[in-house]
Amino acid sequence: MFWTFLQRSIRFSTIFLYGATGEIITEKSGHLNLGIPGIMCIGAVGGVIGESLYLKSLADISNINGFAAVFVPIIFAMLFAALAGLLFSFMTVTLRCNQNVTGLTITTFGIGFIGFYMNRIDKTNFGIASTYFTNGFPCAADAGWFGQMFLSYGTLVYLAIIIAVIAAVVIKRTRTGLNLRAVGENPATADAAGINVTKYRYIATIVGSAFAGLGGLFYIMDYLGGNIEYSVDTYGWMAVALVIFSVWKPNWGILGSILFGALYIAPNYLNVSFSQKELVKLIPYVVTIIVLIITSIVNKRESQPPAALGTSYFREER
Amino acid sequence: MENNVAIQLKGITKTFGEVIANNNVDLTVYRGEVLSILGENGSGKTTLMNMIAGIYYPDAGEIIIDDEAVSIRSPKDAFSHHIGMIHQHFKLVDVFSAADNIILGEEFKGFNIKTEEAAIRAAHKKENEEFEAYVPEEHTGILSYMTAPKFHTEKETKRKIAALPFIKLKKHIQFGWLARNRAQVLQSIANKYGFEIDLKKKIYDMSVSEKQTVEIIKVLYRNADILILDEPTAVLTPQEIKKLFAVLRRMREDGKSIIIITHKLNEVMEISDRVAVLRKGEHIATVNTSETNEQELTEMMVGKKIELNIDRTEPHDVEDRLIVENISSTSHDGVKVLDNVSFTARSGEILGIAGIAGSGQRELLEAIAGLQKLNAGDIWYFDPTKENEKVDLRSKSPVQIRNMGVRLSFVPEDRLGMGLVGNMDLIDNMMLRSYNKGKTMFLDRKSPKTLAETIVDDLEVVTPSTHTPVRRLSGGNVQKVLVGREIAAAPTVLMAAYPVRGLDINSSYTIYNLLNDQKEKGVAVIFVGEDLDVLIDLCDRIMVICGGKITGIVDGRSAKKDEIGLLMTNNTKMTEDVIESMIEEG
Repeated sequence: MFWTFLQRSIRFSTIFLYGATGEIITEKSGHLNLGIPGIMCIGAVGGVIGESLYLKSLADISNINGFAAVFVPIIFAMLFAALAGLLFSFMTVTLRCNQNVTGLTITTFGIGFIGFYMNRIDKTNFGIASTYFTNGFPCAADAGWFGQMFLSYGTLVYLAIIIAVIAAVVIKRTRTGLNLRAVGENPATADAAGINVTKYRYIATIVGSAFAGLGGLFYIMDYLGGNIEYSVDTYGWMAVALVIFSVWKPNWGILGSILFGALYIAPNYLNVSFSQKELVKLIPYVVTIIVLIITSIVNKRESQPPAALGTSYFREER
Repeated sequence: MENNVAIQLKGITKTFGEVIANNNVDLTVYRGEVLSILGENGSGKTTLMNMIAGIYYPDAGEIIIDDEAVSIRSPKDAFSHHIGMIHQHFKLVDVFSAADNIILGEEFKGFNIKTEEAAIRAAHKKENEEFEAYVPEEHTGILSYMTAPKFHTEKETKRKIAALPFIKLKKHIQFGWLARNRAQVLQSIANKYGFEIDLKKKIYDMSVSEKQTVEIIKVLYRNADILILDEPTAVLTPQEIKKLFAVLRRMREDGKSIIIITHKLNEVMEISDRVAVLRKGEHIATVNTSETNEQELTEMMVGKKIELNIDRTEPHDVEDRLIVENISSTSHDGVKVLDNVSFTARSGEILGIAGIAGSGQRELLEAIAGLQKLNAGDIWYFDPTKENEKVDLRSKSPVQIRNMGVRLSFVPEDRLGMGLVGNMDLIDNMMLRSYNKGKTMFLDRKSPKTLAETIVDDLEVVTPSTHTPVRRLSGGNVQKVLVGREIAAAPTVLMAAYPVRGLDINSSYTIYNLLNDQKEKGVAVIFVGEDLDVLIDLCDRIMVICGGKITGIVDGRSAKKDEIGLLMTNNTKMTEDVIESMIEEG
């Protein structure tokens, strides 16, 4: 029972983890991208379109190639989400629009986008394609609790953790990460040190968005088993909250997302009434508020948000 | 001398909207010299330097380095031309360690595969030739085998060349990785140059002087030959300035060119070889420091003869206006910022407050203004309109103080943070003091407008109009607007914290004269200053604060600079001795 619960939590947490890792990378560059929920929706639609195109290209469903059935949607989801990130960067960096407004616009757009496509996509054989997402290692069933805990997940779950770990290492331990953090902390300083602030902000936002888009794909193709029926934006907001919870560290984001995932699915395992379940679902948000309070009380400089978060930078400003 | 030119500017022009910041400026900087750039606020010194450092791009004119016109479009270009700038507001990331700030933005120094390939081929060819010319008779046995040159086959050479892209990748990754011992490596470089600094320390833990040292190491690390320092001494203590100048002299001896922007004429005379004077964006003249004097420079800078004397009058009708008794206060970190402070401010008198920056000056003034929470002590005000009725100011908010009819004016240190609202125009800023006046529910905009216009006219504020947001004005003009507004409130107590910080000479003397006028009118003026010469010339009494404690109050007319300096640098032992001797005597 416990292992099942934990396994489900980890699986569910992947949605948050993609969004949070993407948003952390973006926020480290000083961009507050509130478009993440929308970008996750856009990524989901992109992935589903990719899957649909691939399945249509097959003469017969028995010809399906497992690798392509997973890889093509991943590429499409990242591409669609990256385009949304590009739009956000173009609006905020080049045109210097307000980041909050631009982000919320993209979220609104993304929710509409997935709503529009939900019933228009040809979902034939999605159930079969989905199995290639959900299948874990073949030996998982023989390995007892260990197999269930570590080997039973689909590709995207492992990919999420790998991306988060790599992001953490790059941000903390490389010059690229150092430069990125400088851009988010103090763009004028970064600029004076010879760092191309515009380039860093564009790339961080686009890459971050592409990762977030995978969260949408995971939700539809893995968690829902190919049913594009629910929008993913609610989880997108959770991912934004998770960024604060993990104090802008992708490695903490892994643990944070598992905690959030556990809290989110906990009501299904508790014997409580429907209304109480909704209350339990509030806990992640309450926890985020508590973390915010704690970090502001501790007031450690390192656990504060990037100092230039949400501001545009223009070199010749007087 | 011609081949000694480090950088040459020709006909540089830069405009911001309608404002001409620089107009047709020519300037030459030689290697191994210190060039001072002198000019009033808004004369375009910083703009000019920013164009060399790649922050701004000139609208017209050219920059010549090594007889070649170059285009510096970004700070990165400036680094590639060995130009480094230390900005007035340090460009450092607070949450990074000093070492990380130094390596920030450093680029991978290209590993060129073609040249490496040529090097390998040449080396192999050379060794092969040696091999062919080698005579084995010279040595015998195993020794001959060991010392014999090796022959490289073509295959071996090709294999080495084929590995080059991987070596490049490896070096790139090595460069990109932040080694744990990066701080130690830099530390050894810093120590070699004789900088005493801990590079592992975070910037937010550092003093201003340490931050400046980090900036200097940063530009040296980037191999800068031309160093630009924008008002480096503005926030340093006299001792720190001495240290800085020693560093600068050493760099000059190394053949580096140093451009220094400063307002302080005595520093110009002390450190520089030549002085370039700018006025209203135009280059007036460049003179050798040894052939000029302070008076002449001032005239060039201002464009007219001005008096550099402060006219100190004898105070008259002196009455106790404000009595501060044993106040103590702690900051939110629990550090004692004010420790048992007592003093009296009298009407018709200027009370100077001297001390190293951050010794509690700010907290003291804020305590009087009702902005700092007190743990103990009393503040009494004697109201001249009510026959010196005694009023308690302790633990009152600024609004309560104002409602009691206490006419207290405060020129805070942080002009645009506490004094004025940067995004509002002059008139709205005037209204911050008068918004609640007037009879109707609507705002009275007429009188603030008149006031703003009066201030602009009287204090010669340079602004396009009274509708310009104050953040667009230069520092000196912002200060004039703030001081003008505070004085217009007809105060009985005027508190000014560093009112001339960052101001040029002309503006500074305008402010000093304004303070003197207020003194004449019977206002109790409290003046926090950093320039000891000015404090001694301007103030009737000088109170010295150190670490939140008052270490002494001296008479302005008889005070000596050394004596004040001694009190400033925490001489607790001495004060204890003094107290002891006083106890013995009394």
